[in-house]
Amino acid sequence: MEPRPKSFYALTAFFVLFLIFLYGPTVTIGILSFQGPGGGLTFPMRGVSLHWFRDLFEQQAVGDIWGSFSRSLVLGLMVMVTTVVVSVMGGLAFRKRFAGSTVLFYLIITSLVIPSILISLGVGLIWSQSGLPVHWSSSGFGAQLTWTLPFGLLIMFAVFNRFDRSYEEAARDLGASPWQVIRHVVLPIIAPSLIGVALFGFTLSYDEFARTLLTSGSYNTLPLEIFGMTTNVTTPVLFALGTLTTVFSLLVIGVFLLVVWLLNHRRARQGSDAGKGMI
Amino acid sequence: MERVHRSLSDARRRALALRHTETLGQTAGAGLRNNTVIGWLLAAPLALVLVVFLVLPIVMIVVVSFWGATEWSIYPAFLFDNYEFLLTSDVTYRVFFNTFKYAAITWAFTLLIGFTVAYYLAFHIRSLTWQIALFLLCTIPFLTSNIIRMISWIPFLGRNGIANSTLISMGVIDEPLEWLLFSDFSVVLAFVHLYTLFMVVPIFNTMMRIDKSLIEAAVDAGATGWQTLRHVIIPLTKPGIMIGTIFVVALVMGDFITVRFMSGSQSANMGRLIQNDIALLQYPSASATAVILLVTVLILIGTLLRLVDIRKEL
Repeated sequence: MEPRPKSFYALTAFFVLFLIFLYGPTVTIGILSFQGPGGGLTFPMRGVSLHWFRDLFEQQAVGDIWGSFSRSLVLGLMVMVTTVVVSVMGGLAFRKRFAGSTVLFYLIITSLVIPSILISLGVGLIWSQSGLPVHWSSSGFGAQLTWTLPFGLLIMFAVFNRFDRSYEEAARDLGASPWQVIRHVVLPIIAPSLIGVALFGFTLSYDEFARTLLTSGSYNTLPLEIFGMTTNVTTPVLFALGTLTTVFSLLVIGVFLLVVWLLNHRRARQGSDAGKGMI
Repeated sequence: MERVHRSLSDARRRALALRHTETLGQTAGAGLRNNTVIGWLLAAPLALVLVVFLVLPIVMIVVVSFWGATEWSIYPAFLFDNYEFLLTSDVTYRVFFNTFKYAAITWAFTLLIGFTVAYYLAFHIRSLTWQIALFLLCTIPFLTSNIIRMISWIPFLGRNGIANSTLISMGVIDEPLEWLLFSDFSVVLAFVHLYTLFMVVPIFNTMMRIDKSLIEAAVDAGATGWQTLRHVIIPLTKPGIMIGTIFVVALVMGDFITVRFMSGSQSANMGRLIQNDIALLQYPSASATAVILLVTVLILIGTLLRLVDIRKEL
């Protein structure tokens, strides 16, 4: 291998600084959430304790955290499943040009770039003017889909741009019906990317704030609850909650990455039948 | 080699398609109609969501922007009052300018940082495994809560925060700096912190698709590292830069929560104006501001979209 140019070391330093910039604040509140009972929102640490985490588990101390957490969890799963199914169908549809596909494509882009508060305001207005009850599982659910679906579809476009169609042709030549081609050839090949779509669907929903602001009704989701806390809670209990949600997000990401890794591993092991044929 | 393979399979596909149409006696027109039916069947759920939760809300906002409001309710009407009030108020123009200011400054910083990081990952990291690992390391924060990432700046930037106490103990300053938190500085810092990822990802994606032999050719032809960057890599990375720009500009211009939180409610952008009106139940006025914001964003993004073919670049 040729020796590293000088610029490599400068850029490595830059990259490390970028990572510190990216993770530093989160790590800091992670440390500060272990403040002693008398500690404040910044250093120095006045002792080390689990005091603030204990506070979180006492219902009356700070809002309805566990209720909002379970709502966010259920909503995240609903959005995740819907995003995967709708994105795959949409991705398949866009493989062929059809009348009106350009309009639909620009709607997807609009959905991505439109200021989130407009969705919140518009959906909220429609629901309130038509007398429907605003609820996180109806209006909130739909409002979040306008954010997760564009990401899901962009991933699907990227996947199908790289998809080798000769696999499908081979299946068709062997007499597979269109459904069999999708079920036994296309879906298994794109499965790891679908895990990615699912991960985006869940985490984007779980962390979404602006689009749920006016569409979730009287029951808050977790980000709304946390934002409410920022205005009236001035103790490290805020950091403790932040640390817990971040740890939860990291666990979710970890699980998804593990699944992708396992899928790829299994495919590498079973995908090729070289050496297993009749000799 | 790959191209040969692709054109072969293209030819084969065409031949197959031809055989199909011949045997079934279909005309080309019927084929397109068929595509359209299947396409819309597959896209129906997507279209339904977009119509109900994107198109109708926009229509609703436009309609309500002409309505009237009392202190506690809104009523259907066809008034230009909301727009007249907006367009004749000084505040609107200041806030409008502020919105662009945040977008421009954030764009410049995210582009510089994002490009450098993507360049490092794509051209200086030699093994694919490491590239993927470091890329994931950059992406993970994007999948955690924005609000918590904003909150986490408080212990850093506060009056008695880490930044101030470090600077004081180093003897750089005597008094704590007041402008670190709750200022334009902290707003832009938070934007860069939250959105640099949106530059890194598309630029990295485009860079990974650059044919490495082009760079070898440039080096063989005697180009310095800087010349290669300037005349080969940057021009080829433009589509990625465009997509990143679209993301960052749209996110910053549509934001209200970062500005509110990081400026301690001392600065405003269009989003904040809308949110203020909503808090006061002045939905028609909020809608009028929303229409102006939406038109601005769509014109801006529409212009950027003319410079890049998103679907081809994914």
